[in-house]
Amino acid sequence: MPGSLLDALWLVPALPLAGFVLNGALALTRPGAKRAVSLIGVGVLLLAFAAAAGAVVAFARLPGGEPVVQRYWEWLPVGDLQVHFALQLDRLSAVMILVVTGVGALIHLFSVGYMHDDPGYARYFAYLNLFVFFMLMLVLGASFPVMFVGWEGVGLCSYLLIGFWFNEQINADAGKKAFIVNRIGDVGFLVAMFLLFRATGSLDFGDVFSRAAGTFPPGGALITAITLFLFLGCTGKSAQIPLYTWLPDAMQGPTPVSALIHAATMVTAGVYLVARCGVLFALAPVASAVVAGVGALTALFAATIALKQWDIKRVLAYSTISQLGYMFLGVGTGAHAAGIFHLATHSFFKALLFLGAGSVIHAMHHAYHATHAHDDAQDMRNMGGLRHQLPWTASLMWIATLAISGLPPLAGFFSKDEILSAAFAQGAVRPIWYAFWAMGIAAALLTAFYMTRLMLYTFHGANRTGEGARAHLHEAPWVMTGPLVALGGLTLAGGALNVSPLFGGGTWLHRWLEPVTAAADRLQPAVELSRATEWALVLGAVAVAALGIVGALRLLKPEALVPARLAPPETGLGRVLWKKWYVDELYDAVLVRPVMWLSREVLWKVVDARLVDGLLVNGSAVASRALGWVGSRLQTGEVGFYVVLFVIGVLAVLGAAVR
Amino acid sequence: MLTALIAWPALAALLLLLVPTRWAKHVALAASLAEFAIALPLWWTFVPAGGMQFQLDVPWIPAWGIRYAVGVDGISLFLVLLTTFLVPLSVLGSYSYITTRERGFYALMLLLTAGMLGVFVSLDLFLFYVMWEVMLIPMYFIIGVWGGENRLYAAIKFFVYTFFGSLLMLVAILALVYLTAQRTGVISFSYAYLMTNPGALGPVAFWLFGAFFLAFAIKVPMFPFHTWLPDAHVEAPTAGSVLLAGILLKMGTYGFLRFAVPFFPQVALHPAVQTAIVVLALVGIIYGGLVAMVQPDFKKLIAYSSVAHLGFVMLGIWALTLQSVQGALLVMINHGISTGALFFLAGMLYERRHSRMIAAFGGIARVVPLLAAVLTLVSLSSIGLPATNGFVGEFLILLGAFRTYPVAATIAAGGVIVAAMYLLPALQRVIYNPLDKPENERLPDLTPRELAVLLPLVACIVWIGVYPKPILRRTEPAALQFIQSVRASAAAMTAGR
Repeated sequence: MPGSLLDALWLVPALPLAGFVLNGALALTRPGAKRAVSLIGVGVLLLAFAAAAGAVVAFARLPGGEPVVQRYWEWLPVGDLQVHFALQLDRLSAVMILVVTGVGALIHLFSVGYMHDDPGYARYFAYLNLFVFFMLMLVLGASFPVMFVGWEGVGLCSYLLIGFWFNEQINADAGKKAFIVNRIGDVGFLVAMFLLFRATGSLDFGDVFSRAAGTFPPGGALITAITLFLFLGCTGKSAQIPLYTWLPDAMQGPTPVSALIHAATMVTAGVYLVARCGVLFALAPVASAVVAGVGALTALFAATIALKQWDIKRVLAYSTISQLGYMFLGVGTGAHAAGIFHLATHSFFKALLFLGAGSVIHAMHHAYHATHAHDDAQDMRNMGGLRHQLPWTASLMWIATLAISGLPPLAGFFSKDEILSAAFAQGAVRPIWYAFWAMGIAAALLTAFYMTRLMLYTFHGANRTGEGARAHLHEAPWVMTGPLVALGGLTLAGGALNVSPLFGGGTWLHRWLEPVTAAADRLQPAVELSRATEWALVLGAVAVAALGIVGALRLLKPEALVPARLAPPETGLGRVLWKKWYVDELYDAVLVRPVMWLSREVLWKVVDARLVDGLLVNGSAVASRALGWVGSRLQTGEVGFYVVLFVIGVLAVLGAAVR
Repeated sequence: MLTALIAWPALAALLLLLVPTRWAKHVALAASLAEFAIALPLWWTFVPAGGMQFQLDVPWIPAWGIRYAVGVDGISLFLVLLTTFLVPLSVLGSYSYITTRERGFYALMLLLTAGMLGVFVSLDLFLFYVMWEVMLIPMYFIIGVWGGENRLYAAIKFFVYTFFGSLLMLVAILALVYLTAQRTGVISFSYAYLMTNPGALGPVAFWLFGAFFLAFAIKVPMFPFHTWLPDAHVEAPTAGSVLLAGILLKMGTYGFLRFAVPFFPQVALHPAVQTAIVVLALVGIIYGGLVAMVQPDFKKLIAYSSVAHLGFVMLGIWALTLQSVQGALLVMINHGISTGALFFLAGMLYERRHSRMIAAFGGIARVVPLLAAVLTLVSLSSIGLPATNGFVGEFLILLGAFRTYPVAATIAAGGVIVAAMYLLPALQRVIYNPLDKPENERLPDLTPRELAVLLPLVACIVWIGVYPKPILRRTEPAALQFIQSVRASAAAMTAGR
């Protein structure tokens, strides 16, 4: 019965929520019940995936591909504002819920091994389940406010999980930074909602999008403002310039969290939002150019920083920022299917890379723990040659590396190629897109380079872990390598989702998403490229990727590395890149410290204490003192006496009234 | 019924003086629970579209036109329920905190209850004034006798500020009654009478509004009349802080909704007055938040956060759209719940460590996980995380205010960043970070009694965040009526001038 499976759509988010409640209760009452926690934590994800798959299959059988909206209760009924707690399944959210629950289930499973010895095991799974719940609300919400519940909810879980090991201040700081930076973006989301409501009188997706074309003149100031405010929200959640700085710090969280939240799902929410609001962005060419431009710039900028990071997770973090930039380049160009395609393939290969890094860190950590060494388990200068100890991890991560570099026939090749081709094609209409395309190509070169660097330093050359510790390095248990293998399979085959006609494919994902993107496509028609141009672009991109890989293999000398504590300080441009272009320092000097100083030294100590309190109190000093004297006289009396007096007074009032 | 709500706690206060000291708190708890039981049926029997209900209107001092008139509408209904809901929790929350002169303390709490309810249900301006004073005195003693080290200063400051405002209000009430009597020949303090006989007061209206404004703005408190609040909060015992923040501040915004704006709509909607109030509300939101951010004292931080929250309420009232006024009414309730819970938690931390300083803690989530979990949830509600009560109210205010004042609403939306900036770092420094103080290593987690205090509040936080409709449905007609009457009479008076 297809109908009944769609009716059970609420189960998809409700199952992880139930997991949160149960695991949360266990975390507070019986934190040691690890078996129950694992069963619940992974079980609800598997069930949610099954429920999602069932709902999507049932939905796919419906003719027309119109969204299915399930309304549960009235949430904010105030006058002309009518917001329901409602979920919407359409072809876009179908893709998203499968990615979220599917990749999510694999990462939950990996966590069973990775977090096994952690005293906060139950709390960890409670948070992780809660995250999946909010992420599903984000992609299933049928209106802007319901989506916003998920939008801020995933930010909360990100905050809780980044600061998971909260007794170290650096972790707690990183979580707080993530939340506050995200909130800056969230204000953009809020203001966009206010503008949309004022203009269209609704916040439901269906209403807003159907009224948009009739309400907003194309290219008008209002729609441009709305879309730019929405995009401000995206720069926070999806870590784009200028609000990307929280994501590298977010690597303080457990590594599976980085894989799930900070690579595969949450950070792609902004891409989803732009794709979801494709109609609005299609009406605002300037905003679309901003989206594509910021995406391209971020892709290139983050890739430069990734060149010089030593922490294996930080490399991957900047790589994620960079890849998200590609996705925004795609959706900003109007190639929504390409952007979502890259979102999906990226979730496969980047989750694989992060979980692989987790497997490496797991091994390193155990080795250092066993030998009581205090070296950095995440610094690549302490690794080297690990392919001998971690053969599965090494080969699977190589697959992902080739995929992210864009080599055929891996998943990343098809999706990245589609984005770059679309950007190049757009250049024919708006030449600025040629610059965006060039930035994308340059970033691709750097991507191939820094990923090869990561692999080279981690898995090849001589081992630098240390004599004693080396003996303790070993491959992770099957619960961890199993998910890696599954993701490896997806990375190998994921490109099949949307093979372009150039290679004899049928662009399946593109056609699947057509009902969602059609309205935007009509407003912003795609530009067709000739076959020859397409072939030239593809071959050029592959050549660039190959150049990056070969360049890294030739230029980098893993043998020259020394362990981190012996390494000399960076100099010159290398230092600037290692210091991340000093952007954090800049924000700190220009924003954070001035605001703190203003609040403490001016607002509190001068305005509040001296001006307001000082002047007002001094101005009324005489009265104050006189009353103070009266007060102190009253103070000496027996309180009970005054209570009696008062009660008599009150009762006299009432008595007189009722008389 | 409403009369019983005022009379019962007053009688119980008297009764309390007769029971042995060691029973005092239990009797007070029973009395306040009974009070809640009296009030709760209002939830079901209240008719949303029924206007003013449960009225009793009898002469009191006929010679002066003073009546004993009480009633409840959609604006006051939830303030009455909130008061009767918070009082038993405050009593229960004081069980271990108050160790001296218990009879007096609990008697004053009950007396305060009578005064607070009296303020919210009075429909006669003289009665309102009397109740306003009845509420003032017990709070003065609660702070002055059971407060912290600097209690006397704080109590007097609280008293002077509020008393100053209320004297001005009394003058304004008398002037309003006198001027109306001059024109109609009838001396009456009746709210209904004064509302149905609005006079062309001319420039005097500005002065009368100004007097009401001062009285209420001090209570809200609006910048720059707010500096009594941090002192009072810091020094007050837990229950005093909870009721001060939860209920007493709402008397200010309630006063605007019930009296100052409906009586003088042409003044309230005068462009200069609108600008001034909206600007002060924004200053409250941003400035209150920024100053809260740098407070070393947890209770002071919460106090300044109240300035910010109430700034949202003022913005919502003045924006005069259905969403913004409904949002303002919700935030008035939510602030009582969330800030009340925050003050309870601050008190529980204080009882464990005898310090209100944020720096005295750190890393205690490992020692007291339950307390940490509740504190996290309550903080999230206070910073307006969606699906908690805090979001629903502020979202409606901002959405509605954006229709009237788009620029102001955008600035106010920045307040949600500031909220995260003051509460999350404080939360981090209390429950996260290294557990580096030996005194904190053996703190006891929440006791069943403390849980009984907090869980009802936590339940409300989630319930109102997910399903606020039962409240919105009951307040909507009153909010609509408020907006329409203010707009209509402002238009009429402007046209008639």
